[in-house]
Order: sequence, then C-alpha cells, then structure tokens
Amino acid sequence: MIPILTRTLAKSSRANMVEWTDEERAAISDIFSKLDYDEVGQKCLSRCLIVYPWTQRYFGAFGNLYNAEAIMNNPLIAKHGTTVLRGLERALNNMDDIKNTYAELSVLHSEKLHVDPDNFKLLSDCLTIVIAAKMGTTFTPEYQASFQKFLSVVVSALGKQYH
Amino acid sequence: MSLTAKDKAVVRAFWAKVSGKAEDIGCEALSRMLVVYPQTKTYFSHWPDLSPSSARVRKHGKTVMGGVGEAVGKIDDLTAGLLTLSELHAFQLRIDPANFKILSHNILVVLAILFPADFTPEVHVSVDKFLTALALALAEKYR
Repeated sequence: MIPILTRTLAKSSRANMVEWTDEERAAISDIFSKLDYDEVGQKCLSRCLIVYPWTQRYFGAFGNLYNAEAIMNNPLIAKHGTTVLRGLERALNNMDDIKNTYAELSVLHSEKLHVDPDNFKLLSDCLTIVIAAKMGTTFTPEYQASFQKFLSVVVSALGKQYH
Repeated sequence: MSLTAKDKAVVRAFWAKVSGKAEDIGCEALSRMLVVYPQTKTYFSHWPDLSPSSARVRKHGKTVMGGVGEAVGKIDDLTAGLLTLSELHAFQLRIDPANFKILSHNILVVLAILFPADFTPEVHVSVDKFLTALALALAEKYR
C-alpha cells in the first residue's frame, strides 16, 4: 500500500512540474545574461507606473511619483526595480521548482504587500517591452515565446499562496 | 480611460514617424502572436503556411496595420469610424475579443524593437490606450 502511495505522490508532483526544453533554457539564460539589472529594473518598474498609473497605489512611501519625469528620476523606484530583477534571477536559478522557490515571496505579496495579482501580469508585459527595446531583433519570436512562458510561470507562482 | 487630447496628439505624431514601416510592423506582430500565443493559430487553420516569411502572413499583417492606420485617422470617433470593421469581426470572423489584447501586446513589442528611442513610456501609455479603444470599437457589434 505505502509504496503505491509514494509512487502516486511522486508521479503527481512530477506532473505539476513545468517542463523546459533545452532551447527554452538557453533562450532565457541568454536574455538574462544581457541584462543590467539596475538599468532594466529601473526602466521596467517606472514604465509600469507610467503606463498603468493605478499600480502607483503600492508605492505611497516612495516619494515623488507626480509625473513621468519624476517617476523616471526617482531613486527609490530605481532601487526597487533592481530588487525585482534580483527576485526574477532566483526563478532563473531554480527553473525546475519556481513554485516552491517563490512560496515565501507569494506570501509576502499577498499578506504583507496586499498586491492584486493582476498587477504581476502588467509588470511582466512592461519587462518584455523593455527587453525588446534593449535587444532589438535579437529578441526573436522564439526568444519572446520562451520568455513569455518563464514570466507566466513566475506570475503563477507569485499568485499561488493567495487565499 | 478615454483618449485625452494629449493621447491623440501623441498617437498621431508617433504614427507619422512609424507608418512608413506599417507593413513590417504588422507582419512581425502577427508572426510573433502566432508563435508566442499558439492558441491564436486556431483562426488560421485554413492557411497552409504560418511562418513569418509566408506571403499570407505578410499580406495579412499589412491588412491589419492598414486598419490601425485607418483608426488613427478616425481617432476622434473610433466607434462610428470602425463600424464596418466591427461588423466584419463580429459576424464573419467571430474572433474572440480577448485576442485583440494579445495582438495589441505584440504590436507594442514590435514598436519597442523597431523604435526603441521613440517608444518612450509616455508614447507607450498613449498608444496602449489607443489600441485598447480600438479593440473596444472593434468589439462594438459583437452583442
């Protein structure tokens, strides 16, 4: 009985794992290798706050967000952008178990920061656009597809502990 | 989230810069959509070749961006201006409106790739609002 249960449990946890092809891993690693976290983090977060201004609700303590120029020059936003990119790097380094890697971060975003999980998608879209601008045509459709898959897994993991 | 006078001015000015590459933008955006969001391929099951270099994808990208250009010209009343296109999408093509958002995202990605210096956050927000308003006008006749 117990061996059967163990096999069933092991099988179901494997079934929940995300499968990555070699091409996807290579694409995602290559993209990250080209990123200056300070630059991309600042650009991504400030773009999100400008394009989707309601996201500013989470940044009340960050000082002047009065207009696009203020947001883009805000040092606290820049610093936080770097924090976000470092968080994504953790997913990159644990691609076979992003869900568990992000369990604490998910609790943080839900219980402490009270961030509506829909916002994760908005930030992801901005990150894609910032990376596209940086990489130009080397951000091929295949790269975009791999990165989109990575971001979807990240977003899903971040939302996992919400209840 | 309606278009302000500033949004319209930004969109018109940006379109003037990029419209020369409309066909490239359309073809690239469509190709990316088909690759990155494979569920969108279900609308093209009657096409033998969905690769970016295929003549059909190229032609269709041009058609779609032609529609976007037409919308820029009718930016003051998109609902009235795009009535015929809305009827086409609602009654003949019957594309689920969720896909308008997907294509819009890919248009933005291509704009970022081709015009990294011009596609600033301020331009991005106005263009995103415009594409959202366009999608809404396209969905007008759905039900």
